[in-house]
Amino acid sequence: MTLAAPDSAQSLAITAEADLIGVRQILRAEARRAGLGLVDETKLVTAGSELARNILTYATGSCGRLEAEQVAEGGRRGVRAVFSDSGPGIEDTEAAMTDGYSTAGSLGLGLPGSRRLVDELVLHSEVGVGTTVTIVKWVR
Amino acid sequence: MAETPIVRIGETLIVTLRGDLDDATVVSIEADVSREVERARATGTLIDVSGLLMVDSFIARVLARMAGMIRLLGSQVAVVGIQPAVAITLVELGVPMGHLDTALNAEQGLALLARLRADDARRA
Repeated sequence: MTLAAPDSAQSLAITAEADLIGVRQILRAEARRAGLGLVDETKLVTAGSELARNILTYATGSCGRLEAEQVAEGGRRGVRAVFSDSGPGIEDTEAAMTDGYSTAGSLGLGLPGSRRLVDELVLHSEVGVGTTVTIVKWVR
Repeated sequence: MAETPIVRIGETLIVTLRGDLDDATVVSIEADVSREVERARATGTLIDVSGLLMVDSFIARVLARMAGMIRLLGSQVAVVGIQPAVAITLVELGVPMGHLDTALNAEQGLALLARLRADDARRA
């Protein structure tokens, strides 16, 4: 089980493209607080930027949200970030995790690419309800 | 939005990207640079990205598109100073950047531009 560290989580509404900057800032701050190295910090921030952009591309007009917090488990520390929206949901989650698959004419790297950049990525989506992507990056 | 410095030295344009770029800024830089390449009739363009802390797939795609456009305008392009952490991240993300001419820093980038110009002159 992953326990949230007692200190407060940071959260941000993702509603416009300008919020991408805020998402990156929050994740960078959390990465530094956890003590992630520069490469891991960059990977986490980049993954977050991709996932936030997914919300803006696919869940237009819905209430997208980022919650980021410190996590500790079995003596290791890390950052957990949850990206949630109440958009249309993903019909084929398996395809969405495949490189090059896109329904928006993009490179189709957002989800599969983000998965490669973090230690854990859990995708939960329900058509007509929304999508939640949870990522974790551990300090090595 | 931060002003993007575009400096012209002879026939070379030097574009410096830095900070945390949002999508609109990246796209406006692309337009500014293309306009300036045409106006200055530059034969070489150096894009210095050493000040970028993060390049995600969107920014990478616009950078690649900008390089293609600059080439179409008759200028050679070198992208210099990609931070190691950014390079590692881009490779793992899977963004295709292999077709860009890159160099470690501005000095090597200028040498690369000179070589690209010479190759181009030989072919012509």
